[in-house]
Amino acid sequence: MNVTEKIFKAHVRDEPFPGTMVLSLDLVLCHEITTPMAITDLMARKKDRVFNKNKIKAVIDHVSPAKDSKTALQGKILREWAHRHKIKDFFDIGANGVCHALFPEKGFIRPGYTVIMGDSHTCTHGAFGAFAAGVGTTDLEVGILKGVCAFRQPRSIKISVKGKLRKGVYAKDVILEIIRRLTVNGATDHCIEFHGDLISRMNMDERMTLSNMAIEAGATSGICLPDAVTVDYLWPFIKEEYGYNKKKALNDFRKWHPDPDAAYDKVLEVDAGKLKPVATFGYKPDQVKPLEDMKKFKIDQVYIGSCTNGRISDLREAAKIAKLKPLAKGVRGILSPATPEVYKTAMKEGLIKIFMEAGYCVTNPTCGACLGMSNGVLAEGEACASTTNRNFSGRMGKGGMVHLMSPASAAASGIKGRLTDPRELLRN
Amino acid sequence: MRVFNGPVLFLDRSDINTDEIIPAKYLTEIDKESLKPHLLEDLKLKGFKNQGNAFDEARVIVTRKNFGCGSSREHAPWALEVNGIHTVIAESFARIFRQNMFNGGMLAIELDKKTIDGLFALGRQGTVHCSVDVNRKTLSFRTAKEKRLSFSFSLMEFDETLVKSGGWVEFADKRY
Repeated sequence: MNVTEKIFKAHVRDEPFPGTMVLSLDLVLCHEITTPMAITDLMARKKDRVFNKNKIKAVIDHVSPAKDSKTALQGKILREWAHRHKIKDFFDIGANGVCHALFPEKGFIRPGYTVIMGDSHTCTHGAFGAFAAGVGTTDLEVGILKGVCAFRQPRSIKISVKGKLRKGVYAKDVILEIIRRLTVNGATDHCIEFHGDLISRMNMDERMTLSNMAIEAGATSGICLPDAVTVDYLWPFIKEEYGYNKKKALNDFRKWHPDPDAAYDKVLEVDAGKLKPVATFGYKPDQVKPLEDMKKFKIDQVYIGSCTNGRISDLREAAKIAKLKPLAKGVRGILSPATPEVYKTAMKEGLIKIFMEAGYCVTNPTCGACLGMSNGVLAEGEACASTTNRNFSGRMGKGGMVHLMSPASAAASGIKGRLTDPRELLRN
Repeated sequence: MRVFNGPVLFLDRSDINTDEIIPAKYLTEIDKESLKPHLLEDLKLKGFKNQGNAFDEARVIVTRKNFGCGSSREHAPWALEVNGIHTVIAESFARIFRQNMFNGGMLAIELDKKTIDGLFALGRQGTVHCSVDVNRKTLSFRTAKEKRLSFSFSLMEFDETLVKSGGWVEFADKRY
């Protein structure tokens, strides 16, 4: 069995029809954009209940602080619901961060878990060896009420990434290359399993960057195999459970590795040593080219943040470049640390100072500009070098162009005022 | 069950994403009706006008590959629903969008490329009316000149049950 098959087998509660598996859920995650409609519908049906208050986590993250009366109301509905049902893991302003960075940081995600959220980038949590899938509001509503979700029987794609990355090449470049090769629907109705020695050497932040963008190839989830890196990351939350014995945790996590004879629909091999820093150039995340071939593309804004690349290691890599030179004249820089913890660590390490001295505006943790809702929306005709995950037409504002790239590439592009291969600056 | 029949709106492009179906700036709405005027508001497509009464008539969308990719927002099928469009026919769908359609008791029907090509060719002859028979799983298309095309389609048993029973909340509430 592959990883997804193992997780499904351990969680299947019902097979109502051939090919459909209803799974019991370990976590139902909620944010203020897609959850309020589930809450109001449950209230209208007189079923305002939750299946398990400890398995539901909620955050106000997409538009925070609220930008207008409507977003304030969305926050209010979620807040009151969380209080009403005594959901203790509810993160409001002051403690809130981008959901897919915040929830892992709190130690909520474990290998072998089943996780849903009304958010397509829920696949991020696959970095911990979990089956984590984005769903719509109706699936979320049933998840909240009954703790179950229906899926088609999984098929899997094995992606093996081998070798060492060259200087200036990061996890973001790896996943953009994978999406280019799979295309935007190449993994639809599949789960991706990331294998290979490069992945084993990646830290959890990097693995989350990979898993985060599995959906951009249409995948249901993107799973990394839990190992000693996963154990170390989760250690503060699991040490008592495993009797302060890391080996015990590691052995337990290994049950979520695929069997040697696991079957895959497709296998893709990526030679990491050949990859270059890349960015997207169109309105689809599979339109990817080396940055060295796109020097003519001018930019108006740099955005560093989001559930893809707003974590501390992302900020560290970007700061290494941002400290070399200030932003080019006329380029707006926006840094949005993904969580309060990332923000605090970045302050402690002097990263915030580097960005501010380079001319960046530093915002509170929020999804904001990534989906064109607040905090850095583009005007028509403008372009942004962005560490986010979607470059759809209008995504960051009507008529705007988003070039997806790594934090280092975004910082480099900010200095030059055009799309820039970070090696141009790292060489000097 | 809902009404699935009616005039067809042809969207001749692959990868129409949910940001295009309903831009994120409208995700601050908490009732479905508010989405109505904004369906496909920013869609860039030759010959397609999304202002005025574009959706007054249409009840069925015929489109290409990977319809509904991107964001999981159920606001996308809701924006179709409040405009009276309860059937989307495509070469393929993004998983979350497809499930959202069935979860709401609406239809996401997949047909092969050749068949979809034939429908677009029919659409070039004028207004096309589509009839859907969920029980027999047949589709028929006709133009004003009475030119007809008929096809059968398949649905997973689960999805068919959701369409017939009014959606996932109703189904799950009874069963779990």
